[in-house]
Amino acid sequence: MTSLAFENVSVQYDGRTAVHGFTDTIKPGEWLCIIGPNGAGKSSLLRAITGVTPHGGRILVDGSPLTARSSRRRAQLIAYVPQSPVLPSGMTGAEYVLLGRNPFVTHFGQESALDHSMVNDVISRLDLADLAQRDVDTLSGGERQRLVIARAIAQEAPILLLDEPTSALDIGHQQQALELVDKLRREHGLTVVSAMHDLTLAGIYSDRLALMHAGHRVAHGPAEDVLRAETLGEFYGVSVRVHREDDGTIVVVPNRTSLR
Amino acid sequence: MSSSITATQSTVHGASRWLIPASVVALFLAVLGGVMIGPAGPTWWRVPLELLNRLPLISIDSGMTSMEWAIIWQIRAPRVVLAAIVGSTLSIAGASYQGVFRNPLVDPYLLGVAAGAGLGATIVITVNRSGSSDWIIDPLPLAAFLGGLLAVLATYLVGSSVKNDRSSISLVLAGVAVTSLATAMQTFLLQRNSDVVRQVYSWILGRLSTATWSDVRLVIPYVLVSTVALLMHRRLLDVLRVGDEEATALGVDVSRVRLIVVISATLGTAAVVAVSGLIGFVGIIVPHAIRLVVGSSYRIVLPMSLLLGAVFLIVADIPGRILDNPAETPIGVVTAFLGAPFFLLILRTRQAQR
Repeated sequence: MTSLAFENVSVQYDGRTAVHGFTDTIKPGEWLCIIGPNGAGKSSLLRAITGVTPHGGRILVDGSPLTARSSRRRAQLIAYVPQSPVLPSGMTGAEYVLLGRNPFVTHFGQESALDHSMVNDVISRLDLADLAQRDVDTLSGGERQRLVIARAIAQEAPILLLDEPTSALDIGHQQQALELVDKLRREHGLTVVSAMHDLTLAGIYSDRLALMHAGHRVAHGPAEDVLRAETLGEFYGVSVRVHREDDGTIVVVPNRTSLR
Repeated sequence: MSSSITATQSTVHGASRWLIPASVVALFLAVLGGVMIGPAGPTWWRVPLELLNRLPLISIDSGMTSMEWAIIWQIRAPRVVLAAIVGSTLSIAGASYQGVFRNPLVDPYLLGVAAGAGLGATIVITVNRSGSSDWIIDPLPLAAFLGGLLAVLATYLVGSSVKNDRSSISLVLAGVAVTSLATAMQTFLLQRNSDVVRQVYSWILGRLSTATWSDVRLVIPYVLVSTVALLMHRRLLDVLRVGDEEATALGVDVSRVRLIVVISATLGTAAVVAVSGLIGFVGIIVPHAIRLVVGSSYRIVLPMSLLLGAVFLIVADIPGRILDNPAETPIGVVTAFLGAPFFLLILRTRQAQR
């Protein structure tokens, strides 16, 4: 199991700061969910971890900074499920999952039999055999999402990043995708960082929430501490009611503010 | 478990199982056809017999004179071999360019090779209009080769100097700018020296008719390096299909891969352009036709482009020899005439299948 720590991490695009001094430590096997309004810096923070965007400060994996590692080594540690993944037309499901083995293949090399058997293993464990030989173009949103998660799992990285993993899915597929991540997290001891819009789902699945606003981390802690009507009202500018169910689940319900 | 392993592997490699051997056979037939057909020389059926006769331990009387054999070996054979080299290089370079720029409309001339080579050739033809008698080596291919390489270098320097560039778009735009600049300089030179227009024009249209074994020897080292390097990147070109960002997250050093592929493809393209002139259409049409039939994985598209690009140009070179003999139709005109309808045909049959 692997820990992930942020020391004063900042991200800038063309002089505009998207993330200001983010500091946090994610314990091995923990699921941190980053919430916050659009443009708060959630995706920027995830992209900084993947190395797609340069960052200031330090991001540490098991105590050593990410920037000291090669891009291949970093990809062996961190798997990333982007918000809108590109599934190249004409590729089969199995070929797509095989892309996840890239960090283990040398520059000029080809995938080994071991890589292929890993992919088959992931496909059968995730129950994706039906999709393996199909063109990714012909798949539904839910099927595509499962395939992208399968690619990330095939990467065998101890840290899994999910950027809005459920935003394109209906409620059934949302639950299915998050249950899958949760199951894999428990089986493999994955450390998970996800950015999510659905606050109720974020509270249900994560161990801890971090609320971001205008690039700053403004609140963090367990769901019952962060998902409070006044906190959400301040940073999202919304009027909500927060219910606590008998099993401890926090439910966030928007208030209708127009005249009834 | 073992059965499912073969299932995934077959999706990646299995389709090539019969396609590659079939393409090798097609290449063999094209080469044979290429040396058999021509305006002068022996009756066509004597050619394969004489070729067999030339093999060790075989003796067949083909009834071919040594004069006729000279036509086959000194005129037709180098032309066919050069056509094969040019066709395969332009096709694999085109496919690779399309891969690193993730743009199906890209051809190997995208970053200015053609315009740079054209300018280099124009300068030499203008300066050296009397003929290249006092040169040790023929300056024309050298100038075209260097012109092509310099143009791409300029494109890369301009394109990568753009800050915060997270895509390849600035590189493509720089290629457009360098191409325009080189073409403008070429036009200016031609305006000043209108007596060489015909000579330059015939170079631009591309020709294989003057091919010799020394042309083949000249390009072989560059083409070999280029082809091997590109083939070794076929897996990474597949990873790049998910886009720069996701490829980076998958551990690919995207700008390094792009640089190596562009250098390799440019080296091969500049070398073949230097000896054959600008033969259009091959670098787009061959990889596309292959994609429509075998799918878009570069693991198959690259080796198939290599083989079928050679077949395409050998075959495209044949009608030009016979049509309006003795003044030959330029190969560039033939590739466009053959290529466009062929492409439409494949496009239509594929749509009908869906």
